[in-house]
Amino acid sequence: MTATHESAAGLGEIDTDPAALHPITITVNGTTHRLAVEGRRLLVDVLRQDLRLTGTHTGCDQGVCGVCTVRLNGATVRSCITLAVQADGAEVRTIEGVAPDARTLHPIQQAFWEKQGLQCGFCTPGMVLRVQEILEQNPCPTRAQVREGISSNLCRCTGYQFIVDATVEAAERMAEGS
Amino acid sequence: MSQTTDSHADVPAPMAPHKDMKWIGKSVKRVEDPKLLRGLGRYIDDVVLPGMLHAAVLRSPHAHARIVSVDAERARRAPGVVAVLTGPEAAEQFGPLPDSGPAPDKHVWRVLAADKVHYVGEGVAVVVAENRYQAEDARTLIDVTYDVLEPVVDPIAAAEDTGNLVHEALGTNVAYERTFTFGDVAHDFADADLVVRDRLRWGRQTAHPLDTTAAIGDYDAGTGEMVVHTNSISMTWLAFGAAVALGIPSNKLDLRPYISGGSFGSKQFCWRSTVTAAMMSKITGRPVKYVEDRLDHQLNGDQHGSDRYYDVELALMRDGTFRSLKIDCVDDYGAYIQFGVGSHGNALAQVTGPYRITSTEYRVRAVLTNKTQQGAYRGFGADAGNWALERIVDKAAAELGLDPADIRRRNLIPPDAFPYHIPSGNMYDSGNYEPVLDHALQRFDYDGWRRKQEAMRAEGRKIGIGVVTANERSVYGATEFWFWFDDKDVPVKTTSTPEGVSMTVDTVGAVTVTLYSTPFWGNSSDTVAAMLAAEEFDVDPADVSVVHHGTKGGLPAAGPGGSRLTVMLAGAITGASKKIKDKLRRIAAHDMEVDEADLEWVDGGYQVRGAEDSRRSIGDLAMLAYLVKTALPDGEESGLAADFVYDHPHLTMPKPDRSDLGSFYPCVGHACHLVAVEVDEETGSVDILDYVAVHDSGTLVNPRSYDGQIVGGTAQGVGTALAEEMTYDAAGNPLVGTFWDYLIPTALDVPEVNFGHEETPSPITAHGIKGGGEAGRLMAPGALSAAIDDALRDHGVRVTELPATPERIVGWIQGHRG
Ligand code: FES
Ligand code: FES
Repeated sequence: MTATHESAAGLGEIDTDPAALHPITITVNGTTHRLAVEGRRLLVDVLRQDLRLTGTHTGCDQGVCGVCTVRLNGATVRSCITLAVQADGAEVRTIEGVAPDARTLHPIQQAFWEKQGLQCGFCTPGMVLRVQEILEQNPCPTRAQVREGISSNLCRCTGYQFIVDATVEAAERMAEGS
Repeated sequence: MSQTTDSHADVPAPMAPHKDMKWIGKSVKRVEDPKLLRGLGRYIDDVVLPGMLHAAVLRSPHAHARIVSVDAERARRAPGVVAVLTGPEAAEQFGPLPDSGPAPDKHVWRVLAADKVHYVGEGVAVVVAENRYQAEDARTLIDVTYDVLEPVVDPIAAAEDTGNLVHEALGTNVAYERTFTFGDVAHDFADADLVVRDRLRWGRQTAHPLDTTAAIGDYDAGTGEMVVHTNSISMTWLAFGAAVALGIPSNKLDLRPYISGGSFGSKQFCWRSTVTAAMMSKITGRPVKYVEDRLDHQLNGDQHGSDRYYDVELALMRDGTFRSLKIDCVDDYGAYIQFGVGSHGNALAQVTGPYRITSTEYRVRAVLTNKTQQGAYRGFGADAGNWALERIVDKAAAELGLDPADIRRRNLIPPDAFPYHIPSGNMYDSGNYEPVLDHALQRFDYDGWRRKQEAMRAEGRKIGIGVVTANERSVYGATEFWFWFDDKDVPVKTTSTPEGVSMTVDTVGAVTVTLYSTPFWGNSSDTVAAMLAAEEFDVDPADVSVVHHGTKGGLPAAGPGGSRLTVMLAGAITGASKKIKDKLRRIAAHDMEVDEADLEWVDGGYQVRGAEDSRRSIGDLAMLAYLVKTALPDGEESGLAADFVYDHPHLTMPKPDRSDLGSFYPCVGHACHLVAVEVDEETGSVDILDYVAVHDSGTLVNPRSYDGQIVGGTAQGVGTALAEEMTYDAAGNPLVGTFWDYLIPTALDVPEVNFGHEETPSPITAHGIKGGGEAGRLMAPGALSAAIDDALRDHGVRVTELPATPERIVGWIQGHRG
């Protein structure tokens, strides 16, 4: 049997027209950016490549692992399956916008450090942003609630236990601090 | 390193755990973490070089097909495209990838397929463009004509098939076959009261770090220098293999290590992305980044785990005493066999586990099929080996009506038998196994759980308890890769697995450690190095600077793998520190005009014994070493720097007839895992109710990060036992390719692990440390399998195949219902 692997599209069908660029305005960690992006351009690529905020990682590019998690108008989303044009007009928060300043860690980051809620650190930015959202919604979660909450995000290293420890610790610190 | 063939005359008796250390044994916060927590880790895909291009690889849709033609003309004209390299073109310009398997010329392994594709996902062309979007667009414009062949999928059938071959030049699909016999197996079997037999299946899995394998090649056409920024390949002393593939002199290649989001073994042998990025940089003269996407990684990452079919026989006495063990294993290696059967060498390091078993037979057949080839995954073959042994032990306990904890206890190697040689020849350096079992049983409240279990079962709930007692060999020796072959067939009988470090103490006494192989893979290389150096110099680990050096001009180093890193860094840093401290002592003695022997190191400086106010701090002495040449003893060089290459702590050579493989994996830890599960008979789901893990890996360096390794490895073991499987259909099509269908555990799938520790120091390593990085995954599959058996004992179910997915469990229940 002979099979030819057919190419998908002819040259003419590829959209290379610069006119296909779409103007967008996004505010990332408090700074407003005006950009022109292709319709297909992913939010994660705008953050990582155009704005050079490389703390947002990708683990699957398929919307499964949660490694690319950012907050869009306060809610966590998967930036690998969010188009940049969908973020037009939105407020985006990435891991770079979590710590109050260059010398101080956010209490969640501090708790992750003390409890070793990370090993390779690759899932960590998405995990920290997800934990922040969980604690905003429920400042005093049980371990089971934390597990359910972070089950949106995969971590291959830690087995999650110390992430749960860190989240509970962060909740306590934040309760003391407020 | 000792390379004698005599036994263990040079192995000192185990020492008592030492408790007088400043940093070792403390749960220090990791020095790597602040940057990672801020998203400033600089993983390889975060790096941008000026003028950098991006690569995408076109992959075979067929498991087995001849490449008739590859037409890339339309792709070459596509927007943004700078170069396209097809498989046939690559074969003309670049050499094969480094392959230490048997007869590498008969199953030539290339970065792109040249004449035939051997599995779905094998690369056939690379496109390089200004950005990844354009590279992927252009990839779809390449026309490949294939002559599709019958796929070779079932390894059992493939082993017998001489007509349809994955590699015609090999003349068979069996890349390697050998039977080793250690001791008088026939006699022990004849003498035994009974023989328990099992047929077991360990499914194909893969490590799946969340960060894939990636590299940036940066070739300087003027100098001929090739720099590759890479998150894989830790083995400095084997980097010449990549230079050969790339056709450049070995001393013009520099592999620069980058941190990576996990490896678990999978990045150890990953030549492909490094070579892909480098060859395309050589062709274009510009930096080229190649980052595997998840599908690239799954289908073509060279890192699938063991895929084994076992026949196991255990000969034993009616009182439960084990006598002999026979293992016959077919391993489906996929289309290539890059490291030979090293993963069976690994299993042979602890083939009889923690038990007194006097003889063993081990047969392996390594079969090639049209699938992605194997790499390393946490356990490297000893994962499957431990599981198979623990399965047969459970079957023996069931047949004799013995409690699974009791049958294990009566067979454990007693503490006075160490150092202990198992039948294959490997030496276990030290151990005290029964306290580990007792500790675990008590921590779990085994008797209490047994009572609770009966009460819950009386209510109709399917509750089961599983126990394993198993070993974790650590610090591999290179002989495991070649003792499979007769001496005459081994071109270089490699015995080195070096780990080099350089250390400096600067003018003001600040310490820097340079590592030569060790990309940070989540395994705390920097924290470990900082703690070990801090222990030597009485500084704070947070103040130690750790540098990662590239391969070019570097010391030899083998990096993480086989749970060796902490042990090897301890040896190297202890050695380099001693050189520097000896020099500091000479300078101090000279300056203080006292005899060197009268000085002692106390709290970060040298003082005359007992005279605290005579102390010269490391900073004072460093100032002299760098700035006051006239204060140094005659002939003493300025500065404070030392290199040290630590090699394997205890390697002995295999006997020529291979009746004894020598000692190659000698730092042997032990663990007991206990688990209680509930199985839902209708859905087949397994709920973990309680989980205890007690480990003994010798001296603990950083207990919190050690526990992190245990719980992380245990979680991977849960995935191994219950969910993860790389499946193929009968035509060789992979049935999983994403995290939607390759199910790595979520936070809801894994237990809270209740940890316990015992510490039996190694007599042959610095500080008595043994490795522990793989330990969790080496234990959990056996414990969970046993617990499922126990839960479903009314149905007569035994877990003989992993993963024990819900579908399989329901099928087993239905099968037994008839
Ligand atoms: S990278 Fe976005 S969900 Fe995995
Ligand atoms: S810390 Fe490595 S994936 Fe979570």
